Amino acid sequence: MADKIRIATAPLAGCFGCHMSLLDIDERLLDLIEVAEFDCSPLNDFKRVGSADIGLIEGGVANTENVETLRDFRRHCRILVAVGACAVNGGIPAMRNQFDLRDCLEESYVNGIGVENPMIPNDPEIPLLLDKVHPIHEVVKIDYFLPGCPPSADSIWTFLTELIEGRPVSFPYTQIHYD
Amino acid sequence: MNPASDAGIFTERLLNEGGAQATDLLQYLCSIQQHYSCIPPQAVETLARVLALTPSVVLGVIEFYSFLHRTPRGQFDILVSDSITDQMLGSRDLLQRLCDRLGVCVSQPGSDGRATVATTSCTGMCDQGPALLINGQVVTRVDNERLDRIVALVQAGSPLEDWPQDWFSVSDNVYRRDQLLDEHSANGDSLRVLLDRGAADLLQELDDSGLRGRGGAGFSTALKWKLCRDASADERYVVCNADEGEPGTFKDRVLLQSWADTVFEGMTLCAGIIGARRGFLYLRGEYRYLLDSLHTALENRRASGLLGSAILGEPGFDFDIDIHLGAGAYICGEESALIESLEGKRGIPRIRPPFPVTSGYRNRPTVVNNVETFMAAVRIAEHGSAWFRSKGTAQSPGTKLLSISGDCRDRGVYEYPLGVSIEEVLSDCGADDVQAVQVAGAAGRTLPPAEFGRTLAFEDVATGGSFMVFDHTRDVLDVVQNFTRFFAHESCGFCTPCRVGGSLLRDLVDKLHDGHGSEYDIREMRDIAGLMQAASHCGLGHTAPAPVLDLLDHFPDVWRQRLAAGGFEPSFDIDAALSEAKQLTGRDHSGGRMGGDV
Repeated sequence: MADKIRIATAPLAGCFGCHMSLLDIDERLLDLIEVAEFDCSPLNDFKRVGSADIGLIEGGVANTENVETLRDFRRHCRILVAVGACAVNGGIPAMRNQFDLRDCLEESYVNGIGVENPMIPNDPEIPLLLDKVHPIHEVVKIDYFLPGCPPSADSIWTFLTELIEGRPVSFPYTQIHYD
Repeated sequence: MNPASDAGIFTERLLNEGGAQATDLLQYLCSIQQHYSCIPPQAVETLARVLALTPSVVLGVIEFYSFLHRTPRGQFDILVSDSITDQMLGSRDLLQRLCDRLGVCVSQPGSDGRATVATTSCTGMCDQGPALLINGQVVTRVDNERLDRIVALVQAGSPLEDWPQDWFSVSDNVYRRDQLLDEHSANGDSLRVLLDRGAADLLQELDDSGLRGRGGAGFSTALKWKLCRDASADERYVVCNADEGEPGTFKDRVLLQSWADTVFEGMTLCAGIIGARRGFLYLRGEYRYLLDSLHTALENRRASGLLGSAILGEPGFDFDIDIHLGAGAYICGEESALIESLEGKRGIPRIRPPFPVTSGYRNRPTVVNNVETFMAAVRIAEHGSAWFRSKGTAQSPGTKLLSISGDCRDRGVYEYPLGVSIEEVLSDCGADDVQAVQVAGAAGRTLPPAEFGRTLAFEDVATGGSFMVFDHTRDVLDVVQNFTRFFAHESCGFCTPCRVGGSLLRDLVDKLHDGHGSEYDIREMRDIAGLMQAASHCGLGHTAPAPVLDLLDHFPDVWRQRLAAGGFEPSFDIDAALSEAKQLTGRDHSGGRMGGDV
């Protein structure tokens, strides 16, 4: 039997909704693991990407850890995919872009209601924030963009099966129709 | 400066004097802005109440137009023309000097309430730039000496009336005359022809002449007028599009300054043919300085029986013209956006069809033509279609006015028979060592020397009249950057392909300009450009990618040498993006540098 396709997934600045949508392919997961296996992913809790054919990225780039993870994925994945609105456009986390970073942090950690010991966190363990949240294609080259908030399980399924079977990816209209 | 507290009273008085029509909202706002240097909240409240609009509608209109503001600009609102040709004449240095001397930042009103300094899109003074608008009045040929004197007058709070009046003079700079410019202004002869021969006959003459719209699109003028005439309606309107916003165009300004009578007569002729009783001249806000002379011209025509009721004594031939001001929105040059603006709304292009000829101003049949088209119609009525066809080509009869600016000896207006070659024009205006010519403005074509044998005509290179020359000392990427920023700024925001695509193109061109662009970005630009052309709502979005595509297709040497090594570059400086967080957390060392390759 030929080697299985290796899939890695990572959440950056997102809500995990895209990963939930991936799980929503339900019993088709069993079909998927016939032909594919997971490299690192929150689903198996492996932390570092090894070597993968397909990397799925949820979320935008908001901090240094996001940048490192994303670059690591780019180095180790043959095909890198922006999954969902935050990865494609920055999405909800990018709504902070209209404010200065200082204002965001002060609102959360200094002036917010119920804050005790007000201060902007500065522990070296905490990733540093970028001044703005960026879509992932502004940091590394991206091969495919899968829109949706989240992309539906059906569209994720269509995308993965067509990609794995080596066909040009195309969706039925209902899967990319949002209103 | 009057206290804003009486803005409600001032607004009530304006409304009382003006008839309080919601269609005049933009005109009221222009007057209030001129008086208070902003639209005070009391004025918004009064306008909304009296015109039976919601405050959000009024605020929406204010936010749409660049020349309207909700916070005071101060005693002097100074706008520096940011057209590429003004930049080439040193406008950016002047802007900096002006800000330094006045102690203000660009676009931020000074704390003393004295002045605001900002940039504005092309002011239409490319042949006599760099130009400023100060409280709506044009100052041309600004150099450092003049600028320093302006600063002194601003600091002294001296009213504009006391400034040297020759600063405000605007020259015609006509270098070549032909069918249109050879004669003086009209005095009713074409209207007498109309009364002699009748509307149907004259419309046929116009059809025979083959006159096509001079705004650049080239639609048959006779067909437009006929469609409007044949549409059933209780009212029809004539609109003259003098929203000459295409960067590098200024020939309509010259026509309105020195041939206004002919333009008004053209509108009257059209009214006589289609059966309109009311017309509008939609004058771009940048040309506010022409208002007095245009109103005088209208008065004189009324006094001579060439406008008003029973024109030339003909019972039932009633027609009059109002002047409406624009307020700094390029998109209002698009005819359906212009009509929206005439109706006092945000200048968002309408969905077409229906076209204005059947459903235009107040949903009545409306002819919208360029200034020059009306002028040509007058000449055709006076001299006949054969005379008109003696110039130009079979598909593009007649002549065309060009506004020539940039790197050449004689900047100004040239009238050529259509079909003239770009080469010939360049030779006549004294342009040497030419690297590129921008024909038809930012929305037009950027042509390299290999294309200079081509002709200016609807069947080859169509143009509304802008003709900008760039010699080899210029960086074509500076030009393209100026145009993409212009379009990103002027997009009305209604449709996503243009609103978002325009910003993305702007960012990608900036990236390329700064040496960070990659092959990947070049492909991105082509993709976005194609999408904008295919999916935008109106002509602005369709044409906005043109400068980028022309750069990629015709000037490969210019962009290839700017490409960054490697196939991909991040779109921003990641280390710089971390500096704020490092500063806020005091973590100068931890986190490390994120720079480096992928």
